[in-house]
Amino acid sequence: MRQFLSFVRKEFRHIFRDRWTTIIIILLPVVMLILFGYALNTEVRNTDIAVCDPSHDRATERIIEELDRSQYFNVALRLANPDGIDAVFREGKIGLAVVFSDHFYDNLAHTGEAQIALVADGTDPNTAIARVNYATGIINSCRTDLAGSVTMPYSITATTRLLYNPEMKSAYNFVPGVMGMILMLVCAMMSSVSIAREKESGTMELLLVSPMRPILIILSKLIPYLALSCLILATILALAVFMLGVPIAGSFFWLSMTSVLFIIVALALGLLISTVAETQLVALLLSVMGLMLPVMLLSGMMFPIDNMPVFLQVIANVLPAKWYISAIRKLMIQGLGFRAIAGELAVLSLMAVALVAVSLKKFKVRLE
Amino acid sequence: MSVIHTELLTKKFGSFVAVDHISFSVEEGEIFGFLGANGAGKTTAMRMLCGLSKPSFGSGIVAGFDLRHDSEKIKRSIGYMSQKFALYDDLTVRENIRLYAGIYGVPEKEIAPRIDTLLSGLGFSSERDTLVKSLPLGWKQKLAFSVAIFHNPKIVFLDEPTGGVDPVTRRQFWELIYQAASRGITVFVTTHYMDEAEYCNRVSIMVDGKIKALDTPRALRESFGCDSMDGVFHRLARGAKRTAD
Amino acid sequence: MLKYLLEKEFRQFVRNSFLMRMAVMLPVMTLLILPLAASFEVKRVKLAVVDADRSLYSSRLIRKIASSGTFSLELVASDYSGGIFAIDRNAADIVLEIPSGFERDLVREKDANVMIAANAVDQVKGSLGSEYLSVIVSDFGAEIRAELLAPQPKPAAGGFTVIPQYRYNPRLAYPVTMVPALLVMLLAMMCGYLPALNIVLEKEKGTIEQMNVTPVHRFTLIVAKLIPYWLVGFLALTIGFAIARFVYALVPAGSLMTLYAFAGIFILAISGFGLVISNYAKTVQQAMFMIFFFVITMIFISGIYTPVSSMPAWARALSVVSPLKYLIEVLRMVYLMGSSFADLRAQFFALCTFALFFNGWAVLSYKKTN
Repeated sequence: MRQFLSFVRKEFRHIFRDRWTTIIIILLPVVMLILFGYALNTEVRNTDIAVCDPSHDRATERIIEELDRSQYFNVALRLANPDGIDAVFREGKIGLAVVFSDHFYDNLAHTGEAQIALVADGTDPNTAIARVNYATGIINSCRTDLAGSVTMPYSITATTRLLYNPEMKSAYNFVPGVMGMILMLVCAMMSSVSIAREKESGTMELLLVSPMRPILIILSKLIPYLALSCLILATILALAVFMLGVPIAGSFFWLSMTSVLFIIVALALGLLISTVAETQLVALLLSVMGLMLPVMLLSGMMFPIDNMPVFLQVIANVLPAKWYISAIRKLMIQGLGFRAIAGELAVLSLMAVALVAVSLKKFKVRLE
Repeated sequence: MSVIHTELLTKKFGSFVAVDHISFSVEEGEIFGFLGANGAGKTTAMRMLCGLSKPSFGSGIVAGFDLRHDSEKIKRSIGYMSQKFALYDDLTVRENIRLYAGIYGVPEKEIAPRIDTLLSGLGFSSERDTLVKSLPLGWKQKLAFSVAIFHNPKIVFLDEPTGGVDPVTRRQFWELIYQAASRGITVFVTTHYMDEAEYCNRVSIMVDGKIKALDTPRALRESFGCDSMDGVFHRLARGAKRTAD
Repeated sequence: MLKYLLEKEFRQFVRNSFLMRMAVMLPVMTLLILPLAASFEVKRVKLAVVDADRSLYSSRLIRKIASSGTFSLELVASDYSGGIFAIDRNAADIVLEIPSGFERDLVREKDANVMIAANAVDQVKGSLGSEYLSVIVSDFGAEIRAELLAPQPKPAAGGFTVIPQYRYNPRLAYPVTMVPALLVMLLAMMCGYLPALNIVLEKEKGTIEQMNVTPVHRFTLIVAKLIPYWLVGFLALTIGFAIARFVYALVPAGSLMTLYAFAGIFILAISGFGLVISNYAKTVQQAMFMIFFFVITMIFISGIYTPVSSMPAWARALSVVSPLKYLIEVLRMVYLMGSSFADLRAQFFALCTFALFFNGWAVLSYKKTN
């Protein structure tokens, strides 16, 4: 037991000696949360738009003014005719062009055939759709003004309630995702490097030959990183709650338990990586290159898994981060209880056990 | 003609004085032993002489160039073998030699034939295309040394070159050093094996950053009244305060 | 001297089979699998309906919604809380409650109400989904109106139509935007990490010291380290372009040469950045974490996932210092819009500045003598 503790202490010392890495490990979640909380969102803001208005009448001016006044758009250019749209798109100057048909107001009042074309830069479909939607919304809000207030008979009003996130903060969606990504990547990197370093310097043999059982050796290496990860988790939660105002609607206890379980899975994954990697370099590269893109794109962190083609949804199920992020969203934002996340907890537990078991087996093979 | 000459050469790390105002000279063609315990400052001093480290104080001339201002020019005329032997594990014997030969300006046409001669001289020819990481320690040492003198430098600096091998291999290594010296290469070697001091023309003994003795091995033994350099060293080192590099 | 150093670097690279395999497999796997993942679009919204009215009109409304293509009717709940429960279980995204008296209100009072509750944790899905649903609902109102009233003269209120048009990507295919994004990330990762880690590794092994004691100029040393990874970057890029063309039918509207040219400068810039870090890092682990930190921050701030124009001023200012921002702009604009070199002068200038700055810093901060 004493030997075990001395190994744990040695590993801690190792961590603290490398000051820069420790700083970065703490700084990374802070930066990510600030970015996701304040800077990154799919909303439309300050988009420069071009307007092509052959009519110059009160209807078009009204619509243009509304668009410009909104926080979403900024009328940057007036074009004489639609042919110029391509050139300004190519220079990256504008994101949307609003093209009014001729004699707009006349048509509007008499023939109902007036048209507004919203020409969007489709290179980024997400942004394009959002821009078109916002613009359409603003334009539609002008309709009633333009035609006078006529309440249509037989109209159905839909009252909408947005649940769990009434202010539509994108942070609510992103924060669990950021938690998942950071914990997964940092833990996998740390644990894979720690063990690969031991292998590279040859001291792994020393450890394996000692009377301590392999499982204890592994635990002694992982426990300091578990502690460090809990510190990271605490930092993230504190920032999310106090800086970003993300609620912890559900049980804090289950939130912590789920997170600790996930941390264990991530560490175990790093462990597995280290059994295949001969050197620190390979271990690190496998952890980062191998995990970063799949976690970013397939875990549901940024893009809804429901939208993905089926084969990708299947692959997503292999990622521990997917289960964790789903559980955290339910716990933090929706305030659900244990029963809602039982499935995720089961999967994560299974993953933890499987990863550790396979790694142990590989270690034993090494001994033989 | 001194190929190495230092005046009050000093290296400080913060308030810690690793090399304490040492002054000495090494003559051309000498085998100069730079002795001392681990931590005495030998490696630090040698790194300054090679241009790997800037002196905090003092001056020196190596191979005719000033330590402080012309360290890059010094590098053209010297060879170096570090404690870690520092060959590329993932390159073969031949590739390693070729790399350094080319860098030091050995004409391309001469490289291949000279490599062959060198390897057959060492008895290595069969290992020409073996990756260095598969070589046993003694062979790595000899290879590293050969690489260091391949371009016929004026001086070759050896930092603890014989660590970790058996006495027979050490003897063989010193044969190589003698051969190099007989070709006119000055050999500056640091070691903490006192018996190797006997192989040198002159030795200096560093204690706590200072040079406490400098003479031929014989003269030192006589003046300290000891049978071996080991004894001389013990006499000097009794007051030493530092024990690890 | 450069010749010998290059020989060595290439030999080492080729012998490291893991690196070779990764250099090929990573772009291939990434580009084959991931472009289909990235979409914020709202599709297949799961709907739970609470029909307290059970009238002809309510059934019609429900059928209309179900046939819309966007909504899939997952279940019919007996009451509102049943619907909410479905949302909690993730069995539904939106609950539509049609109150009892719906048909009667619509016919007699000419004004009826429905209630939409949407799971807004994913606020895009929640807001857009509920909006689409309201549009269908009000369309239904118009249908009823048309049936029950005498035909009206054409100009309805605000008689104009809004027509969206998506240029360069009319079918709004997501790979179109994700393939360039993934390429940029791949290049940043591979060419940012690898040369840097290479140098730090040599530092740890001690072979850097052996090199420092030779008369090799530090500039030559660094160039020799950069060149193999530069080529690796080009290889990855070519694989990327090939997959884009043959798997996603993405053909650049602009010139491939322009793409290669800009990518080349970018690779120089990002490897220079990695090298700067490697000069200050003492261990492989340190170098890795530091580069990872910067690269991942740059990825998010560069407009790869979310547009730079939506960011607050401080973030937009920060994006100016990310080389990735310029490359993603170039890739998207050349691929999709056919922008020419003349259109991209600003990006060219920016990337060249980065390349010079980082590589200059890398050479200057590399100390042969400590």
